[in-house]
Amino acid sequence: MADKNITDVTDENFKSEILDSTIPVLVDFWAAWCGPCRAIAPVVEELAAQYEGQVKIGKCNVDENPKTPGQYGIRAIPTLILFKNGTVAEQITGAVSKTTLENAIKKVV
Amino acid sequence: MEEVIIIGGGPAGMTAGIYACRAKLKTLMVEKLVPGGQVLSTDWVENYPGFPEGISGFDLVDRMRQQAERFGLSIVSDEVAGVDFSGSEKVIQGAGQTYRAKSVIIASGAMYKRLGVPGEERLTGRGVSYCATCDGPFYQGQEIAVVGGGDSAVQEAVYLTRFATKVYLIHRRDQLRATRVLQEKALANPKIEPIWKNVVESIEGADQVEALRIKNVDGSGGRTLEVQGAFIYVGIQPNTHWLQGAVSLDSQGFIPTDQNMATSIPGVFAAGDVRQKLVRQISTAVGDAATAVLAVEEYLSSL
Repeated sequence: MADKNITDVTDENFKSEILDSTIPVLVDFWAAWCGPCRAIAPVVEELAAQYEGQVKIGKCNVDENPKTPGQYGIRAIPTLILFKNGTVAEQITGAVSKTTLENAIKKVV
Repeated sequence: MEEVIIIGGGPAGMTAGIYACRAKLKTLMVEKLVPGGQVLSTDWVENYPGFPEGISGFDLVDRMRQQAERFGLSIVSDEVAGVDFSGSEKVIQGAGQTYRAKSVIIASGAMYKRLGVPGEERLTGRGVSYCATCDGPFYQGQEIAVVGGGDSAVQEAVYLTRFATKVYLIHRRDQLRATRVLQEKALANPKIEPIWKNVVESIEGADQVEALRIKNVDGSGGRTLEVQGAFIYVGIQPNTHWLQGAVSLDSQGFIPTDQNMATSIPGVFAAGDVRQKLVRQISTAVGDAATAVLAVEEYLSSL
């Protein structure tokens, strides 16, 4: 599933890949049974290519990784969380447009 | 310059794409996410003709997209910021690019309506949801409420019984508006408990939904219903704010057209849920779109 631009985020690697990252990270929490999650997947891929080196993009499958979503109170998907220096800079719920996501990213780069 | 630009990539937009490309019109579709529209959120479609066993929302629109691409439809991922339909050249402003066409088909659809009660926005994503197929599994073993009485509310209430132990179906009337088949299915389900002639006053909870304050439509009998989730299906609102008055809208924001999908502006047509109409279904969106393309062809040949 993971592109070379997109990190596959798991309960196991969450700390090292996301919280300890030196650059901001956008994590896309998704699942296969969620239509709107699949709807934003191409947008997330575009952003990964566009902001390579500036922002890390990760995808976390909530079916396979039940611990992490619970830690951030996630009960709805898609949820995208922007992390900067290990803390939540912004949390977006729902299939929003590329413009909305890009505006959030621009605030942290 | 295109001969026709289609704004929106749901069933109406994609059907317009198929017909326009088969008519060899120079066509471009502008879609802000991925083609599919509201159908993406539906778990199962049983009333679209051609699928005796039914089909998932995602698979249905994915097939439409493949079909459109087979005929060479170009789709650009962009969001319309503004338009200028005053001249014979129709101008559409995207996030960074500008698109021009001789004609336009507006197929931007609609999105779910909010209840507009206290606690709703604050708790969205934390117990308040508008998409059962997205969020249902997070409510495994819990008691939840579905607000609404139409097809979506009833269908999704049944879907949610896969996860929730109890689903309260709160409706402000004393009978459901949904298709008879769906009504019967829901009311026969032991996990679904209808609460008639009630409305939601507020949604309560510190960090997550803990309860709903509900009351009778006449204002009496206020009580607290303890639930851990609230799924809202109280209707839809048209996606027409981006038009900023470029075409005439009705009082609710839908686009009135004649029976050939023509809006108040020559060369601009509308198809699907965005139109002022009696019935909003995938099947009617498809019909609108085919008509709109034929109307576009007539318009172009009159230029």
